[in-house]
Amino acid sequence: MIPLSHYLGLSVILFTIGVLGVVIRRNAIVIFMCIELMLNAVNLSFVAIARSLSSLDGQVIVLLVMTVAAAEAAVGLAIIISIFRTKGTINVDEINLLKW
Amino acid sequence: MEGIIFYIIALVTIIAAVRVVMGRNAIHSALWLVLVFFCFGALYVLLQAEFVAAIQVIVYAGAIMVLFLFVIMLLRVDRAEELLSKHRTQRVVGALLVVALLVGIGVTVLVDRLPGKAGEKTIETLNTQAGGNTQALAEKLFTDYLLPFEFTSVLLLAAIVGAVILAKRKEEK
Repeated sequence: MIPLSHYLGLSVILFTIGVLGVVIRRNAIVIFMCIELMLNAVNLSFVAIARSLSSLDGQVIVLLVMTVAAAEAAVGLAIIISIFRTKGTINVDEINLLKW
Repeated sequence: MEGIIFYIIALVTIIAAVRVVMGRNAIHSALWLVLVFFCFGALYVLLQAEFVAAIQVIVYAGAIMVLFLFVIMLLRVDRAEELLSKHRTQRVVGALLVVALLVGIGVTVLVDRLPGKAGEKTIETLNTQAGGNTQALAEKLFTDYLLPFEFTSVLLLAAIVGAVILAKRKEEK
């Protein structure tokens, strides 16, 4: 049986990689993918802690998180398409006006 | 044996995640992300969460990534691009922030003990008693978590309507 700390360590590393992507990348779609990566890293720690505490609640929460992530991806990508139609780019450095 | 499998999967996951962030082409990033999601599914199987693993592969690797690939192809951003931001200070501050975050969360997570009382039966026992992980989860979801479950259906409906409204072409007047 692998100790909980190894799972949490992996989760931390993946979450940080996701944050790194959000900070350094400029493509809105890649930023979105990195957000999905962060959500997944948190899900992993939920499931690992659920096993460590011998409770199924963590797994149920993961199902709810996945639903929210799916909704977020659908709406987010719709927003990206809408921005692309208006500005012709999805580089977040160039999307700097709240009103145009 | 379980340990070896875990470390191999962990290594593959980290390499694939780095390739997601460092890929110059958005399509390559998306395909590496599919690999990451499959690895997560494998980790969930190791953690005796078979239903979550199945949903991970179906929803994430299936539905969400197809959506991403559609949008990438629709917007024609599937070409090599400048990887990093043009602003030098932004890069330096970003890198420092990420290192601080890694150390901060890592120390907190790995040093602190988990509060909370452990349940009496292990996940394995719970699964066997209910007749499988799916049955055990369903019992939990449709009793203790019924209200949040119903709320997700409203959320999904709102997301569907919102996505259609946002992505719809404006009608000419």
